Amino acid sequence: MISKSKIELAVGAFVVAGIAALFMLSMKVSNLSGFSTKDGYDLTANFENIGGLKVRAPVMMAGVRIGEVSEIALNTETFEADVVLKLGGQYKQLPKDTSAAIFTSGLLGEQYISLEPGGEEVTLQPGDKIQLSQSAMVLEQVLGQFIFNKAAGDE
Amino acid sequence: MLNSLLGWLQGIGVKSIKSVARLGRGNIFLWYTFLSLFSLRKEFSLLVKQMYAVGVLSVQIILVSGLTVGMVLGLQGYNTLVDFGAEESLGQMVALSLVREMGPVLTALLFAGRAGSALTAEIGLMKVTEQLPAMEMMAVDPYKKVIAPRFMAGLISMPLLAAIFSAVGIIGGYLVGVGLLGVDAGAFWSQMTSKVDLYDDIYNGVIKSIIFGFVAVWIAVYEGFDAKPTTEGVSRATTRTVVNTAFAVLGLDFILTALMFGGA
Repeated sequence: MISKSKIELAVGAFVVAGIAALFMLSMKVSNLSGFSTKDGYDLTANFENIGGLKVRAPVMMAGVRIGEVSEIALNTETFEADVVLKLGGQYKQLPKDTSAAIFTSGLLGEQYISLEPGGEEVTLQPGDKIQLSQSAMVLEQVLGQFIFNKAAGDE
Repeated sequence: MLNSLLGWLQGIGVKSIKSVARLGRGNIFLWYTFLSLFSLRKEFSLLVKQMYAVGVLSVQIILVSGLTVGMVLGLQGYNTLVDFGAEESLGQMVALSLVREMGPVLTALLFAGRAGSALTAEIGLMKVTEQLPAMEMMAVDPYKKVIAPRFMAGLISMPLLAAIFSAVGIIGGYLVGVGLLGVDAGAFWSQMTSKVDLYDDIYNGVIKSIIFGFVAVWIAVYEGFDAKPTTEGVSRATTRTVVNTAFAVLGLDFILTALMFGGA
């Protein structure tokens, strides 16, 4: 029979190990540590077609992740997609004429929003709308156009 | 002809009544257990003792199975992913399958085999040797002394064990993927962190393991308490614990997965 204090010690070690494992899963494995939107701010952008963009898709500038998509909705007046971007608080100095485009990482990768900085002195304020936007490239449309052009060229 | 048909019908009736009665007894049992959980604060040393039996002694098998499952996932996942040039996604694949499914489910199955069966046999044998009636004769509530500490210990241990399983599994996947197969270590972790969500994946996995722990320990303790007080009755109850827990966990897992991850 093991002594009582040894049992208590083992149980204590077990509980600590379990909580440490949970902590490791939360901090190291999940996206919690990667990007925090706690003191972030919102920008909106309209797109004619967002393709396969999803909520929580990354927002990049110059390839650096600076935020994520927090909301996607259809505007029932213009029939365009309203996309809300949540950017990190340290990226507040974006020029007013920044443009947004939806790209795909790799040929089969996920879609993300890329912001291209403009040259104006005035900066975007929280809640502002990005005026210039470029829709997602839908592969079927591009292929369709290509085939159509090819067929037209053959005549 | 008619008689055999009637006999067959009667057999179905007997079985249905028996199973409904068992279910009812199980729920009454659960209710009494809940009521006696509140007195557990005074019996903290009993809880610690059961945590040792249920939790600490299960750590070894959880560590070994977690590590091997993670390593195998790494090996097999690599073989498929490398065809698409996507072997960097190995971390994401290993982490998601462990955190969402394998961790909670396999831990619950191992828990039923390692700790659940022991709980059933222990309580069943207490019944055979008439310790439970003896306690009642001495005005000691067996729910408070025997059932509640074991129930609570299982409830606390399961999520911790599942978390250990997943964490060790990810390390196993890392060892094989990065150490053996040459996946880039940075890509392994960054793909994992960018695709695993704290709430959607990890918290849902923890919720799963809490529910599985509840079901597994309920079945284990109840089967022991409800066992026929004979040698054969205890052995049957132990078997039923493992089999019923497996059924319950696998069935529940499908429902929970459909609820948690089915919509998106």
